[in-house]
Amino acid sequence: MDRRRRPLFFGDAVLAQVPPAVWLAVVFLVAYPSFASDFFTFQIGAYSLILGTISLSLMMLAGYGGMVSLAQLTVAGLAGYLVAILGDNSVGVMGLGWPWWVTVPAAILAAAIFGTLIGLISVRTEGIYTIMITLAIAVAFFYFVRQNYDLFNGFTGFAGVVPPTLLGVYWRDPVPFYYLSLAVAAFFFLAVLYCSRSTFGLSLQAIRDNPRRMRAIGFDVTLHRVTAYFLAGLIAGTGGVLMVWFNGRISPGSVGVDVAIDILVIAVVGGIRHPIGPFIGAVAFVLLENFAIDLIDRERFNTVIGLAFLLAVLFSPDGILGLWNRFGDRLRFRRPTPLQKLESSGAD
Amino acid sequence: MRTGVKVLAGTVVAASLAAAASGPALAQESVKMGALATLEGAFTVLGEDGMRGVRLALEEFNHTAGGKKIELVTGSSDASPDSAVRAARKLVEQDGVQILIGPLSGSEGLAVKDYAKTQPDVTFLNGSSAAQDTTLREPAENFFRFNTDGAQWMAGLGEYVYNEKGYRKLAVLAEDYSFPYTQVFGFLEPFCRLGGEAPVDARFWVPIGNKDYSSVIAALPDDVDAIYVALGGADAVNFLTQYEQAGGDLPLIGGSITVDQTVLGSKGRTRDFVVGTPSAGPISDTWDDARWAAFVEAYKKQFPDGFPSPSLFAHAYYVNTKAALLALDKVNGDLSDGGKAFRAALSDLEFETPTGMVKLDDRRNAVADIFLTEVIEGPEGNLVNKTIKVIPQVNQTLGVSYDDFLKYGAVSRENPTCE
Repeated sequence: MDRRRRPLFFGDAVLAQVPPAVWLAVVFLVAYPSFASDFFTFQIGAYSLILGTISLSLMMLAGYGGMVSLAQLTVAGLAGYLVAILGDNSVGVMGLGWPWWVTVPAAILAAAIFGTLIGLISVRTEGIYTIMITLAIAVAFFYFVRQNYDLFNGFTGFAGVVPPTLLGVYWRDPVPFYYLSLAVAAFFFLAVLYCSRSTFGLSLQAIRDNPRRMRAIGFDVTLHRVTAYFLAGLIAGTGGVLMVWFNGRISPGSVGVDVAIDILVIAVVGGIRHPIGPFIGAVAFVLLENFAIDLIDRERFNTVIGLAFLLAVLFSPDGILGLWNRFGDRLRFRRPTPLQKLESSGAD
Repeated sequence: MRTGVKVLAGTVVAASLAAAASGPALAQESVKMGALATLEGAFTVLGEDGMRGVRLALEEFNHTAGGKKIELVTGSSDASPDSAVRAARKLVEQDGVQILIGPLSGSEGLAVKDYAKTQPDVTFLNGSSAAQDTTLREPAENFFRFNTDGAQWMAGLGEYVYNEKGYRKLAVLAEDYSFPYTQVFGFLEPFCRLGGEAPVDARFWVPIGNKDYSSVIAALPDDVDAIYVALGGADAVNFLTQYEQAGGDLPLIGGSITVDQTVLGSKGRTRDFVVGTPSAGPISDTWDDARWAAFVEAYKKQFPDGFPSPSLFAHAYYVNTKAALLALDKVNGDLSDGGKAFRAALSDLEFETPTGMVKLDDRRNAVADIFLTEVIEGPEGNLVNKTIKVIPQVNQTLGVSYDDFLKYGAVSRENPTCE
């Protein structure tokens, strides 16, 4: 197979061969705060990156492992809660006041372990049953934090959770926070991309396609899936830490079922076949969530959001990403030289 | 061409993010006002009525105040603090509103107050949120609340049931979040000071949206004189129906949204059972007063598809919007100094609302009249709240000094302990 001809969206991460479009996107993302207003930097930019990161953990499980988990937001929520519980908050409940360099790794690790436990429970199920088990876990967590006052402060939750001031920078200011989110998102994006081409990632995808055959040739199917849950837990947990810093607060409403479904919608609408999908979905979701109310009568704007997503899924079952790829295919169809055609079919 | 496609695909994020990335432009001929209410989620109906209140006030002023056109931009939350702050941030930082009216629900108010501190040049007026600490502890300089809070709404009720009804020991049933805590506190504080009892183990806290009250009903103690119920909407209807079916016969005392029109208007046998239930709140449907009658008339005329009578949400949003418009008139619509003069005018404002005079205290919380009511059977067989008494000019500290009031502690499930 000729690796140089493999399109980016199928996961070529060799630096020298990164196409110009990617450099363009990188330059744009890095330069973004210099021309965007604070609102666009923080609430659109950073928030999209955070939602995209949490969705990325679902994309990894669903796209490469074939396991649709509705509990990824729950994993992120646990990390967010732990930051408030172990670190500082302004509510006067818990808030052990640990320094951030203990709190943050502890929260992420605990979230990943929690994700692994969810994996252990749900991994022996397939398809709709995985969705149901993870949904049950998400609902149970929601009600648990709402009714537990000693640890999670019930309905009110925690407020006043802020990132630390480091190197003389207050990390919740729009621009620093944007770059923090961008760095985290880029790191996990590249990590997932790399992982998908690794032996582990390839076996995971093979297990997705045919678990029985993989088992027959000696792969430990369960172990691969649980490991995927652990890695996804790391991603979701880090996203959760950013989420609680972004909102400055966390309460049961932040980990409710409707938000968990938003995460699924973001992943599906963006496209679950490539790690860029969740980020595209997140940008679309955040833009619609913020501006749909300006497009139409205020009592109907949720209908616009729903219709937009319905149309996206209807016309492109593999999300916005699939739409772009197909658009690309069509353009390519018009003027392929016989040689190009041969090469592209070989690469795909 | 492959490269072209890649450019296209690679910059999809770029294209989406770049859309409309421009800062807000301030027009000098008009004033931008934002209104934030729950137009989605469980409180949608209440949020819609709040918006009616805003539009009612704007209509009354012909969308003009201080010689400037008022441009209304609406925002929506789902009653969660996160969504309220996101919507407020969008209205302020993207749409560039100079005045923001909202939010609706208690915990949202606390979050928006904290956000207000980061936007000193924007003036925030509350919608209908009624949690105590929105203005009591660590208030924001630019957050004004021309409606009263949930504890003020209970003014007079504790004394009334102790003295007039002769109740000495009560059970409490309420939803488990900040607004009912505030209500329970406001009700029990005077009741317990007079010598009444409401043991902590006879207080039942249920999640919002609870459907099955059988376990609560079974656990209600026998040796109490009445039950204080602070549930809203469908929760109240569910409890009343189930309590009646279980053969319960204890008299009830209602929170401000427990025996309002949304509950009294529901069908079923709970009707006879709630007659005689005392309650208190910022409005009374049947108050026999020209100002209230005119307000109801205007509401019905402008919104034929609204409620039969404006809810306390429409009332609160109306009062806060009207305050903003009156203060704008005073400063001739001039907000060029970052709203300093406007906020000074708001602080000094004292005006006539459909429910009497309202003015602000030092922490910018309303001092206003509260209505003590009792459910009666109306002339057409419908249930309405009869006004028993108007308690004039209730302040946030319920008559004691600010420092003494702080000693009562923050509202919670166990405050006051009352034993």
